[in-house]
Amino acid sequence: MNKLLSNKKAIVLFLFPAFAIFLTFIIVPSSVSLYYSLHDWNGVGAMTFVGIKNYVRLFVNNTDGFTSAVWHAGLIALASVFIQLPLSFCFASILARRVRGERFYLTVFFIPVIISSTVVAQLWLKIFNGSYGLLNYLLTAVGLEKWTRAWLAKPQTALPAVIIPIIWQYVGYHMLLMYTAIKGLSSDIFEAARIDGATNFQTAIRITLPNIRPIIRVCVIFAVIGSLKSYDIIFMMTKGGPIGATEVPTTLMVETLFTAQRYGYGSAMAVIIILLCFLLSLLIKKFFKVE
Amino acid sequence: MKNKNKPKKMRITAGITAVQIPLAIWALLQLFPIYWLLVLSFKSNQEIFSGNSISLPTVWRFENYDFVFRNGNMGTYLFNSFLVTLITILLVSTFAIMASFAISRMRWRLSSAVESMFILGITVPLHAALLPTFLMLGKIDLLNTRWALILPYTAFSLPVAILICNGLMRSIPRDIDEAAFLDGCGIFGVFFRVIVPLMKPAISTISIFTFLHSWNELLFAQILINDKALKTLTAGIQSLVGEHSTAWGPVCAALAVASIPTIIAYLFMSKQVQQSMIAGSIKQ
Repeated sequence: MNKLLSNKKAIVLFLFPAFAIFLTFIIVPSSVSLYYSLHDWNGVGAMTFVGIKNYVRLFVNNTDGFTSAVWHAGLIALASVFIQLPLSFCFASILARRVRGERFYLTVFFIPVIISSTVVAQLWLKIFNGSYGLLNYLLTAVGLEKWTRAWLAKPQTALPAVIIPIIWQYVGYHMLLMYTAIKGLSSDIFEAARIDGATNFQTAIRITLPNIRPIIRVCVIFAVIGSLKSYDIIFMMTKGGPIGATEVPTTLMVETLFTAQRYGYGSAMAVIIILLCFLLSLLIKKFFKVE
Repeated sequence: MKNKNKPKKMRITAGITAVQIPLAIWALLQLFPIYWLLVLSFKSNQEIFSGNSISLPTVWRFENYDFVFRNGNMGTYLFNSFLVTLITILLVSTFAIMASFAISRMRWRLSSAVESMFILGITVPLHAALLPTFLMLGKIDLLNTRWALILPYTAFSLPVAILICNGLMRSIPRDIDEAAFLDGCGIFGVFFRVIVPLMKPAISTISIFTFLHSWNELLFAQILINDKALKTLTAGIQSLVGEHSTAWGPVCAALAVASIPTIIAYLFMSKQVQQSMIAGSIKQ
């Protein structure tokens, strides 16, 4: 039997398709991005080796807004961690206590998650529309006409206006992760808290939260990495504008690669995005020790 | 007795309202934009812009839907998304089960190293591979074909799919293999007759999860395919919106066409969809 299970030919045969595709479309392209990033190249002419010049240009005396794009992604990440996740946690801890309509709310809160971000972006584009948008319509209806504006056309309001749909879409996703984790906890600890006279709020903060640390960590990683990779909603809503107010690393990268045809420089952006993803998830894992 | 019970009951009712209100408000915030999208999709610009934007349409304009299929190419986009997603699901499930069998049930030295390599792939963002994939596909004449999306989508769905299969495969007792070997099955017999039939739950999880990923993907869809006849929904909507940006009714009808099939399928199997979406993340 051991001989059958270590049949080399069979192992290679079973592994080959997955390995070949993984190698061709993940490992090789990522490494090639690294190679391009050390060169100056427009895709047509000759490729000149420039060392780390592209990387230096990204951070020192940067003129195309890469540093502010990283900053915007950071703001999106902060909003996700400190607005979206607390909302998700509130709903998860309420729903895990068997309230009326539990199944209904779980189903409804997850609907935006399954809709394409492209659709979500188009929908919110219409909500924030300056002339006929839902938001201005509702503001006018309650007498706050002076607050109405073209939300996405003003640099001050554009970034919050693209963050809202991002939060709106994924609250349900994080909620479900946390809800599943809370449901998996033993009911004894809640019983003990109840006997000790803890309020619901105290129970949520002191009992539930520390006990679902592993899943909170997953949520924080997803929220931060997701913000760093956010593309669809921002590209569809503002293309990074107005005047770069909502530019994030991915939108800038696509522009640099496919509009400006600066393949080396754009690849350096890609490499920084991968590095930031790896580094941040490592950091969060370090920061959130889970036994 | 009655008096004693009363305050408790009141407290419970107050408690119920206190938890129901935030839940109901959030549900409204989640559903109202979708409702708004649907009513807009049945209205003419004139009706929308003259101030009747949130109530039901005065005339239900089904011609908006007719328009997006006739002039907006939506039928083609739907078909392309369907085909690309279906083939991706087939490839991902097949290859993941095969790889997972080699990794988690067969015995060889590098199996755990190969497993970690696949798992590391989960963290690699799609964006990192965009330009090299674009250039490589151009060289082998696959740019502007459905394979330009199917192959990368398969690659990026494989790591999580393998993770899901490994979990299930390790829970199958080893005695089963042994019994099958004693009955004269070879390694392929064990794979096809014993393991594959037991992988049904993993296949449904992988299918749902891969479906949502490839159905909703925009970046690759937009860059790797230029040909209007081959575009998938997300990229298709982008070009439709570009051409008809001022026609709100038809644009909203297109958005509804792209989302309604997914939403209906979801409502029928919401529990399963939810479990599939979180299956990959919990195991990290």
